[in-house]
Amino acid sequence: MASKDEILKVENLTKYYTSGYIFTKKVMGAENVSFSLNKGEVLSLVGESGSGKSTVANMILRLIKPTSGKIYLGGEDALSFDRTHYWRKTQAVFQDPYSTFNYFYTVDKVLMDAFYLLEKTSSGSKKYSKTEKETIVRSTLETIGMDPDEVLGRYPHQLSGGQMQRLLIARTLIIEPEILVADEPTSMTDASTRLAILNELLRLKEEKGMSILFITHDVGQAYYISDRTAVMQKGKILEMGPTEKVFFQPEHQYTKDLIKSVPKLHEKWEI
Amino acid sequence: MSKVVLQTQDLKGYYRGTFGIIHAVDGVSLTVYNDDILGLAGESGCGKSTFLKLITGTPGPLLHYEGGKIEVEGRDIYNIPTEELRKEIKCNLLSYIPQSALNALNPTVRLKEFVRDMLRERAGRKCSADEAREILADHFKMLNLDKHVLDLYPHELSGGMRQRAVIAISTYSNPSLLLTDEPTSSLDVSSQKQMVEMLIHLSRTRTIKSMIISSHDVSMLRQICNRFAIMYAGKIVEEGGTEDVVNSPLHPYTKLLLTSLLPLEKWIKHEKLKSAGGIPPDLRNPPPGCRFHLRCSQCTDICMSEMPPTVEKNGRIISCWLYS
Repeated sequence: MASKDEILKVENLTKYYTSGYIFTKKVMGAENVSFSLNKGEVLSLVGESGSGKSTVANMILRLIKPTSGKIYLGGEDALSFDRTHYWRKTQAVFQDPYSTFNYFYTVDKVLMDAFYLLEKTSSGSKKYSKTEKETIVRSTLETIGMDPDEVLGRYPHQLSGGQMQRLLIARTLIIEPEILVADEPTSMTDASTRLAILNELLRLKEEKGMSILFITHDVGQAYYISDRTAVMQKGKILEMGPTEKVFFQPEHQYTKDLIKSVPKLHEKWEI
Repeated sequence: MSKVVLQTQDLKGYYRGTFGIIHAVDGVSLTVYNDDILGLAGESGCGKSTFLKLITGTPGPLLHYEGGKIEVEGRDIYNIPTEELRKEIKCNLLSYIPQSALNALNPTVRLKEFVRDMLRERAGRKCSADEAREILADHFKMLNLDKHVLDLYPHELSGGMRQRAVIAISTYSNPSLLLTDEPTSSLDVSSQKQMVEMLIHLSRTRTIKSMIISSHDVSMLRQICNRFAIMYAGKIVEEGGTEDVVNSPLHPYTKLLLTSLLPLEKWIKHEKLKSAGGIPPDLRNPPPGCRFHLRCSQCTDICMSEMPPTVEKNGRIISCWLYS
């Protein structure tokens, strides 16, 4: 039964990575992952490395094909969409921003290409002029607290990982998708700038009503940002529920162990 | 007052290259006593690793020692012959564990062969690789590691195991000071916990008497350390006992660092935490005055022009105009 606010639904999503030609070897990426994401909600996928979090993200973004299972976007099968239209609705901030930018172009290109996506998918034939594009880019960068003159016209190698991740958030702001898949969006940032990115994501949720699938290994970040949390291990979702409950009254043994091994600031372990 | 193991005074270390001069460590004064486990906290690029590299006496390419003093057990390590530095200080007094354990190990030989070479250099003990394994067996057992780890090549070990093996090997000769650079970065939480347990075990059994652990993860450091030094942009901004620094931070940067850590504790969700704008300064031309003034909400005129003096207050050392 699909509820009215449900925007993304994932059913029994399974992915096996195979390698080899005759003697194929199968590696499980994700197995029977099912969840749904409501409008204006932040859902966190938490797990250690290799637990299949990014595999799920890439399948939702249609970057890799699921072995089996279904993804529904707004009640329709994700594979029935044209790719451009699909990406108009789902966007991502990646773990490794270096792979998102083309090294031969300045970073402006990634932002300007966002308008191409908008032009192509808009119902009318809305065209943005060059100055229009530039004003929008500049004002967007300013809203997320970046100095446009500091980043525009630069090449990816001249920027830090954190700046590039924030540029991807700026791109998301321009496109305004319905779903944002944030795959470890703070992996390249320092402690003191990390919070700025998380607050930016929270603002996207509150002001634009965007739904965010937040992927992280850091339970503290997941607790801060999300409404609901799913804990993953070895490709499966072990436990899912309201964030408060998952982290402070966990049911599954793995979650209990995970929470216990996270160091706390105001509490000392007894060893 | 217990014995001073390490003392640095106005230590400076710069990277020089085609990119210009990076003032990575710019006037750091720090004293480590016997029995001290000092946590050096700060974000990446603040100079933690550079500081540790300078203490080893042989900073790598591009990094240059530019002045100040480092005394290890009273010996000024930049003013003694290289051979003395190597044999007496680096082989007996100091142990440095770089950020990635793979950088410390030789990828082409088994760990026991690596240990054999280490024993020959450090302890002047000539033995075969298998004998070396037996010599370290007890030490490994004490640290809950299996001695068969020594029969393997570095790439056959998992990241956490490799880190722990390196720590076990480097603490065998009971150095008076252990320098560990980010021991838990790139480890999963469960192996992170094992690493913390191992470091605590080392200090409880008095195998290692003093340590400097650098990390950006303050929650992890507070489990081990009894003293903290917070670094920002090449300088130490605050220093004090663990409980003091964690429970009542004084310097605005320490406050920012502690809130942006997002530990899994209920208070972080109660209100939206405030984030500071901006990024750490470019250390090629550091800003005048306090290095944090560009991001500080309590910035005054004097902060912009003059470097704050370092003052001591109730056993805490702080460098901020608000407190002087």
